[in-house]
Amino acid sequence: MSSKTLSPAGLDAHARGRLKWPADRLREMALVIRRDIITLLQKSQTGHSGGPLSSTDFGTALFFNEMSIDPRDPAWPERDFWHFSIGHVTPVIYSLMAERGYFPLKDLMKFRAFDGHAQGHPSRHDTPGIEVSAGSLGQGLSVCCGVAKAARMDNHPRRIYCVMGDGEQQEGQIWEASMFAAHYKLDNLCGILDYNRKQIDGDVQDIMGIAPLGDKWRAFGWHVIDCKGHDMEDILRAFAEARAHRGSPSLVLAHTVMGQGVSFMADDFRWHGKPPKPEQGEKALQELGTSYAEWSARLLAN
Amino acid sequence: MTATIELPAQVEMKKTREGFGRALVDVGSKNPRLVVLVGDLMESTMVHFFAEKYPERFIQVGIAEQNMTGIAAGLAAMGKIPFLATYGAFASCRAADQIRVSVAYSNLNVKIAGAHGGISVGPDGATHQAMEEISIIRSIPNMSIVVPCDYWETYRATVAAIEHEGPVYLRFGREDVPVVTGPDTPFTFGKGEVFAEGKDLTIIACGVMVYEALRAREALAGRGVSARVVNLHTPKPLDRELIVRCARETGAIVTAEEHQVNGGLGGAVAEAVVQGHPVPMELVAVHDRFGQSGKPAELMDAFGLRARDIEAAADRVLARKRGR
Repeated sequence: MSSKTLSPAGLDAHARGRLKWPADRLREMALVIRRDIITLLQKSQTGHSGGPLSSTDFGTALFFNEMSIDPRDPAWPERDFWHFSIGHVTPVIYSLMAERGYFPLKDLMKFRAFDGHAQGHPSRHDTPGIEVSAGSLGQGLSVCCGVAKAARMDNHPRRIYCVMGDGEQQEGQIWEASMFAAHYKLDNLCGILDYNRKQIDGDVQDIMGIAPLGDKWRAFGWHVIDCKGHDMEDILRAFAEARAHRGSPSLVLAHTVMGQGVSFMADDFRWHGKPPKPEQGEKALQELGTSYAEWSARLLAN
Repeated sequence: MTATIELPAQVEMKKTREGFGRALVDVGSKNPRLVVLVGDLMESTMVHFFAEKYPERFIQVGIAEQNMTGIAAGLAAMGKIPFLATYGAFASCRAADQIRVSVAYSNLNVKIAGAHGGISVGPDGATHQAMEEISIIRSIPNMSIVVPCDYWETYRATVAAIEHEGPVYLRFGREDVPVVTGPDTPFTFGKGEVFAEGKDLTIIACGVMVYEALRAREALAGRGVSARVVNLHTPKPLDRELIVRCARETGAIVTAEEHQVNGGLGGAVAEAVVQGHPVPMELVAVHDRFGQSGKPAELMDAFGLRARDIEAAADRVLARKRGR
């Protein structure tokens, strides 16, 4: 797939509403997103690699199949609401937003830069389409509970999607919010848990054990849906099941691999919070079927 | 603006938190966007009036202040005007990070009611006597904080906080306190009120200390000292213009607050004074110590938060003014 063949697809990627792209097209877009992530990190030489790559596949399914949004009018009243409680995965958040049409692709080349809008962690004040700022772990599910409750009060059909990390499950506020969502039977709320089993300091189970996660969420009253987090058909099946479920909030427990898609990053906690050096970035982009020169040119031209 | 407050010998006593609870009901009848949240303290914060009248716009969150603050952020992101209520100790300290990141960094239209502020909370002791809210809240960008002085002003401040676009923290107390204003006393968000004119010094107070300041003024007048009293109900945004004018016109300032001295109202006023028109200042406040159990009145005495403490501070500041 060259950058040129993406242009026609790029147009309808920006459309208002729910795109419902099929799995094969989502897989193509997930590859594009991974190229964006590595390229913007190689340019910025600051930021997180591991989590963005583990979140890429379900993130692509959310933005290009599942959610009804309008990138040109981020406050479109009919929109679904999305929020990444793991604010540090901005490389994937901004890549998804840019490819979906919230802002130009060239903005990705100013990730974490003083003269760009793409803050290290998502900022409502700076980036169009970021509805609530994030960056302090554990807070996002509460925000999404508020949005889901507001939708209920207004009898609004919007769905609410909250992406959480597995290390983040160590924050107590997550469980306060979990209790709230089940108590008020917020079945318009869908949590997605990026279960890549790694955090900054090492394996999650070694740092502070969180298992058994599925049992914990079930005990808190949620409908838990396990899914293979890099299998597009399985991701779509999980979102469909969550959408159909009534009477309690759903949690898509996405079993993923930190650094997925780049051989030397995969399943290695040391890639949680650092960018690839130029030679590493080049190697990663080669694995992803492009080069820094080619892909950065594509980003800067759009 | 000058309101000129005259105190009768016997003042009516009423709870500030009741002014909050009544205002929510009155605004709720006109503004469907208003949503009230509580963390298991319905009657203590007096949001039960609202809960009875508008159950569909009331959310019981349970004992989870951090979660409640985030939920309020989400409601505000959807165009609601959420007013959450709990004790000030939990609203400000426990949920400080949620206020900073989920609310203030996003500049969401969340209103936070911190009840049971100050040493006058009494028997519950230090954990429940919130005395850090002004310092914490005013250091966070985008946040405003209002500290009304009595029942009527709490009512008006509640209405004003809801009308104001942006996050606001409203601090009030537990006990019956003297009613010094009336239903028609002027109140402008972010603007201080001159409650009594004077030329020798200015006493700038907030909360229940406004009453103590007015009593101190009477005592000083008996000794031929003319004290101006300013009710600075909004420590942020700070009415710098009024503060600097008082410094220039009276040449000495005493501040009075039922709050820690570090970074509170006195600190805020001092920042304006040193940059605008430096004059001698004295700060009546709680001096870097935790509270304790006791009756509200005996605690106000013991912690130096009475009219006589303001009077003594006035004498000290006037001596420094004369010695210049």
